[in-house]
Amino acid sequence: MNIVVCVKQVPDTATERKLRSDDNTLDRDAADGVVNELDEYAVEEALRLKEAHGGEVTVLTMGPDKAADTIRKALAMGADKAVHLVDDALHGSDALSTSYAMAQTLKKIGFDLVILGSESTDARTGVLAAMLAERLGVAQLTLANKVEVEGSAVTIQRVTDYGYDKVQGSLPAVISVVEKINEPRYPSFKGIMAAKKKPVQKLGAAEAELAADQIGLGAAWSEVTEAAAAPPRAAGTVVKDEGDGGVKTADFLSSKKFI
Amino acid sequence: MHRLSDEYEALRKTVEEFAREVVAPVIGDLYERGEFPYAIVRQMGEMGLFGLPIPEEYGGMGGDYFALCLALEELARVDSSVSITLEAAVSLGAMPIYRFGTPEQREKWLPELASGRMLGAFGLTEPGGGSDVPGGMRTTATLDGGEWVINGTKAFITNSGTDITGVVGVAAITGRTESGKPEISTILVPSGTPGFTVSKKYSKVGWSASDTRELSFSDCRVPEANLLGERGRGYAQFLQTLDEGRVAIAALSVGLAQGCVDECLKYVRERRAFGHPIGHYQAIQFKIADMEVRAHTARLAYYHAAEKMLAGEPFKKEAAIAKLVSSNAAMDNARDATQVFGGYGFMNEYPVGRFYRDAKILEIGEGTSEVQRMLIARQLGLADL
Ligand SMILES: Cc1cc2nc3c(=O)[nH]c(=O)nc-3n(C[C@H](O)[C@H](O)[C@H](O)COP(=O)(O)OP(=O)(O)OC[C@H]3O[C@@H](n4cnc5c(N)ncnc54)[C@H](O)[C@@H]3O)c2cc1C
Ligand SMILES: Cc1cc2nc3c(=O)[nH]c(=O)nc-3n(C[C@H](O)[C@H](O)[C@H](O)COP(=O)(O)OP(=O)(O)OC[C@H]3O[C@@H](n4cnc5c(N)ncnc54)[C@H](O)[C@@H]3O)c2cc1C
Repeated sequence: MNIVVCVKQVPDTATERKLRSDDNTLDRDAADGVVNELDEYAVEEALRLKEAHGGEVTVLTMGPDKAADTIRKALAMGADKAVHLVDDALHGSDALSTSYAMAQTLKKIGFDLVILGSESTDARTGVLAAMLAERLGVAQLTLANKVEVEGSAVTIQRVTDYGYDKVQGSLPAVISVVEKINEPRYPSFKGIMAAKKKPVQKLGAAEAELAADQIGLGAAWSEVTEAAAAPPRAAGTVVKDEGDGGVKTADFLSSKKFI
Repeated sequence: MHRLSDEYEALRKTVEEFAREVVAPVIGDLYERGEFPYAIVRQMGEMGLFGLPIPEEYGGMGGDYFALCLALEELARVDSSVSITLEAAVSLGAMPIYRFGTPEQREKWLPELASGRMLGAFGLTEPGGGSDVPGGMRTTATLDGGEWVINGTKAFITNSGTDITGVVGVAAITGRTESGKPEISTILVPSGTPGFTVSKKYSKVGWSASDTRELSFSDCRVPEANLLGERGRGYAQFLQTLDEGRVAIAALSVGLAQGCVDECLKYVRERRAFGHPIGHYQAIQFKIADMEVRAHTARLAYYHAAEKMLAGEPFKKEAAIAKLVSSNAAMDNARDATQVFGGYGFMNEYPVGRFYRDAKILEIGEGTSEVQRMLIARQLGLADL
């Protein structure tokens, strides 16, 4: 089975993240780049499927030069090779253009199964899996907390508010995963050493045969026109227990729609 | 010179994440209850940490001793019990078998030890003395009908009594040399061998989640083939093992020293007194600056010792310096960090209290600070005056 995992480099959520002052896009140099958390689960699932069924795992990343670090991490976990879509012309791409660029690349490199995280921690649109499946004209199985492949059938448990749906499709297909699906492995030193020697193919927009008017800031359907810092966290509410502490706490939680 | 290569840095980062995500959330409880961290050790095994300096043909990672040191430092930034468990298992348990063992012994033990599924231990110290070997050594092993018969007691042996301990290297007197000195050899004793008893755990000041026990041997018989390497080479073997081990303990100590800085940097931003975060006051800032200086210089000392070791150059003096400097740094930083935390520093729920309890042993184990000074003085040619 030829599995492609989409791995996005995002700014470390533990550090301060900000937008660039010139074009209101994310300042990717301001913070340390890390693998989008859910994408580690996607890589883990790809590795487990490979271990069970054989085949090859390819990492696909669209991002600036420094995304090479996070590609190494996915390779150190055990992926076999990587394709790095990198071009200044891609800067500022919105979800539509990103899905276009990635779908074009996926057509070029071929796949049986594409695995994504269900959401990134920076842009958080959560739409990429659906867009990719649409553009590629293949089955779409999203929000999986369990994946099974048998022959050309792929079955997932799709998490819902009430439990899960069982969804089946046939390969080729696009899957997105949630964090309950597995526990990602930490790379071993052997994996880290081996990652050095694994092939990483760099593709520019021209090599991926991307139409210039479909990518980058200029092609974006949406534009960030203004940005403001989040207001500082308000002081907490202290509930004094006068025999009715439980009720007061429940009232507070329900007023905030937590319960 | 002391820039980490991409691979070392990737390893360091991986272990840093592991320590933060897996060790930090649970270690406080395990420590409080004096429980051995089996689940953590299993995961460390899956990551290959126990096989870092062992070649791939024996199930290891094909890395080197410096890679092990980096892992020990990162673990100890969060917890020393976990770090010493790895240190003792690899430097004292597995490495002597790798360095001195016969091909059969390597094949028998290393794959299990390198995977972390089995832990090894090394028994040198005895109740009668650890600094003065062989002066304080009473344990004997004599050949009888193709078997070694071991009698004696070992004190303070790390990793010797866990559920997954598989083998203990026991240093014993196996005869007299021609000049009449005790002849020392190392014998591999599998756990569970009749006549080999493991006492219950000591109640310790620190390293509470690490396994430390007294061992006794009473007509304990193992096959003659369990002799590690050559007969009479025990003394030379553990001198080499301890030289390397000192660099490893130095790395662990640097980790603890750095962990103190990490914790203080967080706390002094949050804790307020007299209208400011306490980090506003220069007395606190200088304390933390001094702590950082100690951690940093101690790190350079162990990097340098490791560099010489890996280059195959003599590194005895550098290893002793690194161990001395870094254990001092750990002790000083733990004392200062506890002070910065005030009353909370004396509470077990904060890591600094644990660091304080864990620091002192670093000036004692694998050669006391006095022994390090003896080694350094000897390397300076002062021993024969
Ligand atoms: C703060 C911020 C806000 C944004 N807001 C918008 C917006 O409102 N509308 C809009 O159209 N665009 C927006 N973008 C642009 C957006 O970042 C890109 O379109 C992005 O590549 C895809 O969106 P996502 O990360 O939300 O994808 P999601 O659908 O949330 O991500 C799901 C998965 O897709 C995969 N994936 C996503 N991006 C990549 C990549 N570059 N390389 C490899 N795999 C990837 C990963 O597996 C990931 O887990 C925003 C970007 C930022 C930084
Ligand atoms: C938690 C823990 C784990 C341990 N794990 C192991 C293990 O796995 N394997 C193992 O073999 N051992 C282990 N040890 C033992 C440790 O290595 C010894 O405790 C250490 O080497 C010191 O020996 P000692 O305790 O006998 O002290 P002693 O040798 O009795 O020393 C007492 C004091 O006298 C000083 N001193 C001794 N000689 C001189 C001198 N000539 N000049 C000046 N001062 C001197 C020492 O520095 C020390 O301050 C462990 C100890 C502890 C506490």
